Amino acid sequence: MKQQARPFQPGSMLFAAAFLIGSLILLSQLGAETKFSAKGQMFAQPRFWPAVGVIGMVVFGAAYLAETYRRRVPTSGVEPLIWLRAVEYFVWFMAYVIAVPIIGYLAASICFTVLLALRLGYRSARHLGLAAGVGIAVVLVFKTGLSVKIPGGAVYEYLPDALRNVMIVNF
Amino acid sequence: MDILLSSFAILARWDVLAALLVGSAGGVVIGAIPGVGPAVAIAILLPATFSLDPIVGLTALLGIYGSSMYGGAIPAILINTPGTAVNALTTYEGTPMTKRGEARRALSLAYSASFFGGVFSVICLIALSPVLAWIAPMFGSREIFLAALLGIVLVVLAHRGQIMAAGMLACLGIFLNTIGLEPIQYSQRYTFGQSWLSGGIDLIVVVLGLFALSQAFVLLVEPDKRSHIDALRGGFFSGFKELALYKRVATVASGFGVMMGMIPGVGEFTAQFMSYTYAQKTSRTPEMFGRGSPEGLVASEASNNAVPAAAMIPLLALGIPGEALTAMMLSVFYVHNVVPGPGLFQNQMDFVVALYLALLILNVLVLVFLLFSTNTLLRVIEIPTRFLGIAVLTLSFVGVYSLRNSAVDCAVAGAFGIFGFILKRLNLPIVPIILGMVLGGIMEAKLRTSMMRVKTPFDFIDRPIAFILFLIIVLVVASHFRGVWRAWRSDKGKSR
Repeated sequence: MKQQARPFQPGSMLFAAAFLIGSLILLSQLGAETKFSAKGQMFAQPRFWPAVGVIGMVVFGAAYLAETYRRRVPTSGVEPLIWLRAVEYFVWFMAYVIAVPIIGYLAASICFTVLLALRLGYRSARHLGLAAGVGIAVVLVFKTGLSVKIPGGAVYEYLPDALRNVMIVNF
Repeated sequence: MDILLSSFAILARWDVLAALLVGSAGGVVIGAIPGVGPAVAIAILLPATFSLDPIVGLTALLGIYGSSMYGGAIPAILINTPGTAVNALTTYEGTPMTKRGEARRALSLAYSASFFGGVFSVICLIALSPVLAWIAPMFGSREIFLAALLGIVLVVLAHRGQIMAAGMLACLGIFLNTIGLEPIQYSQRYTFGQSWLSGGIDLIVVVLGLFALSQAFVLLVEPDKRSHIDALRGGFFSGFKELALYKRVATVASGFGVMMGMIPGVGEFTAQFMSYTYAQKTSRTPEMFGRGSPEGLVASEASNNAVPAAAMIPLLALGIPGEALTAMMLSVFYVHNVVPGPGLFQNQMDFVVALYLALLILNVLVLVFLLFSTNTLLRVIEIPTRFLGIAVLTLSFVGVYSLRNSAVDCAVAGAFGIFGFILKRLNLPIVPIILGMVLGGIMEAKLRTSMMRVKTPFDFIDRPIAFILFLIIVLVVASHFRGVWRAWRSDKGKSR
């Protein structure tokens, strides 16, 4: 049995080209974004390790691009569109991040899981209930149980004193 | 003996035992869910463990790391989908056995082989500890620099057929680690005048983005996968009796697991591949491999379960993580001001032995848990994958936001999540980025320290261990280029 190399996927060439362009831009900024002092050894220069990283990215990136070209990896117009679909969920995630300090961790988590479940096509009461359960369980385990540092929501300020403290500490 | 007693005292606390229990059971459940895996779970739980004692946090994370591969064998055998990536070879033998109506036998054999591999590696490590305690102090700055360099070289070369991609991603990791305020001359590097970049890019933010968020995006974007598995009847104890028939394969496979686990950048895949190849070559029935060979199953499971304990060696003895999961654990040490490295073996040997004992107990707990809960675990595999994506995304928030309550961290993690998603779509490796970040930082600090005492390049390798490490690096690179040259000549010969 031979250890199999993973095949190149459609979209590899586009990724390789984008990575190389990004690396070249970073390399062009090496002088402006890092310092080189006249005294001191080369290895101790603040510029040395960023240079190792960026030059390595350019060299290996160019070699990877050449490899995808040499192996005639098929280009695909569909693959970049699939990459863009991840952006939608990134936006959902950021909306959740923004909502937590406003409406509170518990409410934001329940809203997030239920709305995302609806977006993904889960319509049954069982699935929506389970989604809400996931949101509640996460809050109970991490905030109430493990006391991880997540601030209370701004809306908690409108609650009565006793309840506000409980909400800030636990939810 | 004093060290052993002291180690038991470290472990004999309710919170440590609870962490072991939760970690081991949680790891099995996480391992059994295809598409989650220990890296995602450890990335998410990492910030939560910062508020715990180092031994409690580490045992919980070790529990997940060490037990997930046990759980990963369940979907690998029953639905031909490895629960964790390292259970891939298990599918070769487990699925045909299931098709033959031998699912219970395959699972039982996988559990017993995993247990054997796990316990074998811990025993090896406890036996090796005095040797490590003797060798570790011989590692100065230049030796640690060379060991980290060896780790980078190996992690790149280990990605056969993707060496250029692995190289560029490892260099990206090295570059990412340099962003922010440089610690000696206090100059800014690649911050582009942005204050949020001055503190650098946090390793945990990158880890959460590349492992947890990217996996959530994969689960959410790809179509729903649902599986249904019928409950299995009968017990799972028979595997131990059958394992005795394959004790040679199990021992050699566990040995490969220990050896490969100790070498930075190599890990489970190589151990599994070597064990599987060995088992096939020495088998009386090699034709059965790929068609449900119990020997192949034993080789695969024993080797991958021997790796986690061994992977702790470079981390504990030298402070050098060999793969992504131990790189994540390194941050737990740093947060608690416990510096892994030669000093740990000299001054806190009881802490090291306590970790090994925790691993030993963990293997027993996992086995007991699996023997009685396999049928319940089958329900976990049936969770629709997109629904799982919702849970992973919700959990990822806790991991990132609880670090500094920073929306910028979340945005950065999200950006790395998209980057990781693209890498996963293209079948490109993520681990080189993480190891590039961690080992790049170690190399920068150690090279700077060691060059102060070096006048000529040869002074750098004038100590025995430094020379041996240098020689290994040269040999590894030379043997790679020899292989490339031979493959090129063979291709040229064929084209003629």
